[in-house]
Formats: sequence, C-alpha cells, structure tokens
Amino acid sequence: MWMPDLKHWNNKTMALLQISEPGGAPDPHQRRIAVGIDLGTTHSLVAAVRHGVAECLPDESGHVILPSAVRYLAGGKRQIGASALAEAAADPRNTIVSVKRFMGRGLSDLADRSKLPYDFVEAPGMLQIRTVDGVKSPVEVSAEILATLRYRAEDTFDDDLFGAVITVPAYFDDAQRQATKDAAQLAGLHVLRLINEPTAAAIAYGLEHGSEGLYAVYDLGGGTFDVSLLRLSAGVFEVVATGGDSALGGDDFDQALADWALAQAGVRADSAEDKRAVLVAARAAKEKLSVADHSTLACPLMRSATEAAELSVRVSREQFDAITSALVARTLAVLRRVMRDARTDTSAVQGVVMVGGSTRMPSVQAAVAGFFGKTPLNNLNPDEVVALGAALQADALAGNAGAEEMLLLDVIPLSLGLETMGGLVERIIPRNSSIPTARAQDFTTFKDGQTALAIHVVQGERELVSDCRSLARFELRGIPPMVAGAAHIRVSFTVDADGMLSVSAREESSGVEASISVKPSYGLADEDIARMLSEGFSTAEIDMKERSLRESRVEAERMLLATRAALAADGDLLEPNDREAIEAVLVQVEACREMSDHHAIDDIVEALAARTEAFAAERMNRGIRKALAGRAVTDV
Amino acid sequence: MKLDSDDFELLGLPRRHAQDPAAVDAGWRSLLAQVHPDRFVSEGAAAQRLAMQWSVRINEAHRRIKDPIRRAAYLCELQGAPIGAEDNTAMPAAFLMQQMEWRESLEAATDISEIDALAAEVRAARSRALDELGRTIDDRGDHAQAARQVRELMFVERFASDVDARSEALEQ
Repeated sequence: MWMPDLKHWNNKTMALLQISEPGGAPDPHQRRIAVGIDLGTTHSLVAAVRHGVAECLPDESGHVILPSAVRYLAGGKRQIGASALAEAAADPRNTIVSVKRFMGRGLSDLADRSKLPYDFVEAPGMLQIRTVDGVKSPVEVSAEILATLRYRAEDTFDDDLFGAVITVPAYFDDAQRQATKDAAQLAGLHVLRLINEPTAAAIAYGLEHGSEGLYAVYDLGGGTFDVSLLRLSAGVFEVVATGGDSALGGDDFDQALADWALAQAGVRADSAEDKRAVLVAARAAKEKLSVADHSTLACPLMRSATEAAELSVRVSREQFDAITSALVARTLAVLRRVMRDARTDTSAVQGVVMVGGSTRMPSVQAAVAGFFGKTPLNNLNPDEVVALGAALQADALAGNAGAEEMLLLDVIPLSLGLETMGGLVERIIPRNSSIPTARAQDFTTFKDGQTALAIHVVQGERELVSDCRSLARFELRGIPPMVAGAAHIRVSFTVDADGMLSVSAREESSGVEASISVKPSYGLADEDIARMLSEGFSTAEIDMKERSLRESRVEAERMLLATRAALAADGDLLEPNDREAIEAVLVQVEACREMSDHHAIDDIVEALAARTEAFAAERMNRGIRKALAGRAVTDV
Repeated sequence: MKLDSDDFELLGLPRRHAQDPAAVDAGWRSLLAQVHPDRFVSEGAAAQRLAMQWSVRINEAHRRIKDPIRRAAYLCELQGAPIGAEDNTAMPAAFLMQQMEWRESLEAATDISEIDALAAEVRAARSRALDELGRTIDDRGDHAQAARQVRELMFVERFASDVDARSEALEQ
C-alpha cells in the first residue's frame, strides 16, 4: 500500500510527540523493517522478525509459499505464483518456472536444454527466453518474483522496507550472485546482504535450539544442492567449509523419473506442452513416493495434432530409488569433499540439519543418515527455514535492538584465479577462504617492450582455464616499454562480504600507474537495468523519478539515524569543532525530507559521508581496542 | 592497534610457533565481531570501506597464523630468514628419495583404500616434521634452519593436496 502523505504526516506527529515527552514515544523508524527473502528454484518466501520472532509473511489468502513461476501474457500483463504455475502445462512457453537455474548462465551451460519447453535466445553473458510479451532475461523474471514478495511485505507492515537479505545457494558462483543482486535492484529492493542458504538455515536452527558445536547443513532444493559445515558458538556462525552443485536438485529427480517413465511406455514427449506435462506428473509421483510405497505417473499426451494418448506408468519407491541413486551419490561425493576440506571427519559433527523440499525423499534421508552415522534433524520446516534465517540476519544488519549479538562469518565456495601461460589457472584465492578477503599476485611481462597485459579472471577448481568459469577479461594498458621481466604488475582480487569479486591491476616498478577495476562482465550494466525498468517491468508503475527521490530520501534517513547513533555512542572521540561541522551537515540532511530533487539530496548525503569519514575510522579503532581489552580480561 | 601491526600483535597472541588453536580462533572472532562490514550496514560508504579493510587484514592474519606452516614461514620472515622457496630448491637427498617413493605409490594406487593409507602416512610425516619445526623455532631460535624445514614441509603439503585431488577424482 502506497500512502506517502499519511506517512509524512505520521513523521511530523512523532517529532512533536518527542518534544513533549523526551525519550518517551518510540520513533517508528527505530524498528527498521528488514526482511529475509528465499528466492528459490521451486518456490520463494519472505520472512521478517516481528515481536522478536522470525516468521514467514503470508499473502492475502494466507499462503506463505509463492511458487517461483511467472507467466507472461500478451500486452504486458503477467501472472506470478500459483496462478502462473497452474498454467504451466497449458502455456509452457510463456510460463517460466525454475528460472533460478538460468541465472547467470549461458545457453551452453544448460545440459538439458532440449528437454525444456522454452524458446531460448542466446545473449552475451546470460541466456534469454522469448515469450508472447517479448524477450525476457532470467534477471527480469526473478525480479517479478522478488517484487511480488516486496509488495507483500510492504502491505503487511504498511511501510517501506529498510532493506532485504536475499539468500543464494552457497555454491552459486560470481555470475549467479551478480544476477541475483541485479534482480533485487530491478525489484526496487535495497540489498543489505546476500547470504548463503545453508548458512541462513543454520542461523534459524542455531538460534532456535541454542546449539553449539560443529553442524552440517544438507540443503537439497528444487534446482541446487549445497553442503555447509558450520561451527556455532555464542551467536557466531562460522562457516568452516562449503561445497555443492548449483545444477543438482529436485528438478533432476523429476527429469530422471520422467525419462524412465517415457522409456517404459515407449513414447516420446516432443512438444513443449507434453514435456511440461510429463515433468509435472513426474513431480507429483515423486512427492507421493515420499509417503507411499507406490505411485503412478499419469498425464495426457498430444502426440500430434490429431493423435492423443495417455501416459500412465506405475512406479514403486524401490524403482524410484534405483532410477535416482546416481543423483543421491553425487551429493555424497560433495559431502566427502567438504569433510576433507574442513580437515575433520563425521564423528566431529554434532548434528545434520536437513533443508530444502527435496530432503523429504526417504532415500536422501537414509543416505545422509548413513554417511554421518546419525539421524538427521528435521524439526524445522525445510521449506521455511532458509527464509527465517535470512530474516534474523536482516534484523541484525538493520541494527534492531536485541539482534546485534549475532555474527556470520562465511567463506567463498569456489577458488578464484587467473589464466596464465598455456591455458593454466593460477589460483589466487582458494575455495573456503573467509570473506571479506583480498589477495594480490605479482606478474611481469614476457616480451621486450610489452605495453599491455591481458588479464582473464576465472572461477573453479580445475587446472585448465577451459574447465573453469570465465568471469571477466580486461587489459592493463600503458605499461612503459621495458625489457621482458622488468615490469612489476600486481593483480589484486577483493571479495566483499556478499562473496562478490572485484579485480584490479597496476604496474608498479616504474612509478607509472595504470589500474582498472572490473565488475564481472555477465552482470547487467546500470543502463540495462534502466532499460528493463522503462520497458514495463511491473515496478515501473511507480514513476522513475518518484522512485529515485524515495530511494534518496530513504538513504538520507538511514545516514541521519546512523550518524546520530554514532554520535550518541562515540561522540566523545570528536573535537568540539569537528562535532559542530557534522551537526551542521546533519541539519542539511534533515531538510532533505522537504526536498524534491534527488540529486541535491544525494550531494548532501555524500557531504555527510565525507565529513564523517575520519570519525568512522576513530570509531573503528575504538572497537578494535575494545575487542583487545575484552580478550585481555577473559584470557589472562 | 593499526592495520600494519604484525599478525601476532593483531590477534593478541605471543610471538612464537606453539599456539593454542582455540585462542587463535577466539582472537580472530572477537576482532571480526568489532569490525565486520555487517556491523556497519546502516552506516555510510566510508565506514563500510574501513570495515572491509580491517576485516580483510584480520582474515589475512588469521589465515597465516592458524596454519602451522604459514605461521612458521611468517616467524622466519619476521626474524630476517625469509623462506625464498623459488631460490632455494636444493633438498637433502633422503628427503627427495622419500618424495619419489610417495609419488610412485600415488601413481601405482588404484583404489581408495590405497590412497587413504598413503594419505595417513603423509599426515603422520607432516605431523612429525611440524613438531620438529616448532622446536627449531621456539626452543633453539634457529630461524635459518627453520626456513629449510618450512621449504621441505611445503613439498609435503603439495604432495598431500595431490593425494586429495586423486581421491576426489576416484570418487567421481
């Protein structure tokens, strides 16, 4: 619900109340509304902390689960969620399901492309899908889902959101993370952090059960598989090692069962409608086998325009387990690698938390129990646990009272490196390194007078560049001519707390500087985002200008509150005249509420950032000193 | 406390090879609890940048100190005995012989149990060499000798990772 005038009025009333009752009335902005969003392959959820408890937010008909399905209709209309999913078999080309599997992926990445009912379009960096409403990027499709959840949250609280924590599979690579961030931006969400799904599940589990020790999270979703090993201690969630397969999930079990059933019946599914119908029937049969010994995969098939047939194949749980045993075995191989990376063994693991709807399959439960030698923990709803954990982290990041004692220390899932001579990978940051992190490596020229160096950034564990994912290519130019081996080129990799990489290079030996930063090439440029917004994305109902203004005002409000809180906590670090200078800018920031030019607001916010930079450094040093002092007391 | 303080000072640890892993992790966690970017999400870009710098530095120190071989190499460097692995490739003959035997066993191994046995042997050898390295640094203060031992251990580490890669390949 969008009621700007009323909210504005509320703000003013509160300001008056605060004057009449100093410190009495609660500022409505003191409890910031931050949500956790599980953007899943099969379904998505939004959760928030309300009255101290994380809960999934239902839609107006009471459902918390939003099927991750978007149906495009002619004339710019779309259906999102259950209504779209209901049309998946009838209108398969225009109904995009499991779009998460396409995020940050090119056509050549899809192993099962011919089995999917879409009209794919090759595009640089990421595939696209042609629909009746035009060509859509997976980012746009995901943004529709995210925007639906954003509206649901805004309606629930009748307020704007401070921000969102969005979960991604731990094994998502840089391209997939970037695509997810782009989708959130397109949906008008302020991303506080991307966090890994198994880590989110561990937060929800650990906080609820007060657990301490080493825990494994086995997360088998609709399209992705993750394993994380975490050490839980006093509110700290430390990821020790993680592994997975970003193209393995319940969808693959459906596909295996569908292929088997078609072979049994001796028929083929060639049309888009038939392919989708068989997959839908396979999924229903699979789900029934989690609670029954037998089930039947049944659906009508149109073998040609004139000839109809009925597919009906009975399948036992034993048969299903045999058909899918190779998929389960792949997850166990990942588990073994994670244990090895962590340099530990299964006896050290105190508990195994099962996440994702696909862990309902009895064969998966049995395989995991066998691997760890203990019964997995299933006491949290595997569909909701990730969103709940994300909501808890969002609440902590928003700085809401009572939440700040939590800390999440995560790692990168895949090694990052550079191409060197002969198409080999030079590893710069190995997998399972704690983030944020930065590493540099020195290179030199190999030819006399060489003035440029090509830099190719890759991600993956294999030795050959051709077996890894290419993230970005760029050139360092303007190296002064020198003899071979004299140039001193430092390439620096930086991975931030979202697990996102940036790379820069610089020639240092001659004092001549040339450096470049790259954002990996598959990410959408800001112009692409602007174009998608203008091309009738559903959030574009709100005028672009209005939207920029709102975003700038929210940012100004955020900075205002943060600076006031900082002054209250550590204002004694400032000289009186420095404090006055900051207060003067704060007065300007306050005036932003009345301003209607978002550029002017941005300038003032920037001025505040510049004015408080030294103060921020002082506060950071105080924090460090405090940490050391605390340690001296406890450890001596 | 500055970004360029040495790793031991930063993590609040004695400057020696013998370390209690729990204390190393505790120092790392308590520092990150103060400076992690998550603590500054609602503050401006300046605070974010500083938090990032500090967190990167603390993770770097932790990575170096928690690993006994990197820790030894760092102590040697602080004491003016850099490892210089690229320039010092000469190794004792007995050590080279053992390396060759290991390589041959790895190549000859056909199933996971043989690989596991070899991995256990390498782990035991690594652990003995680390004990000796610790004594060289902490008891004898002989950093030049310690640097030689670190170079040998780097070979052992590389071989251990080859063994891991081989078992991974066999599992797939």
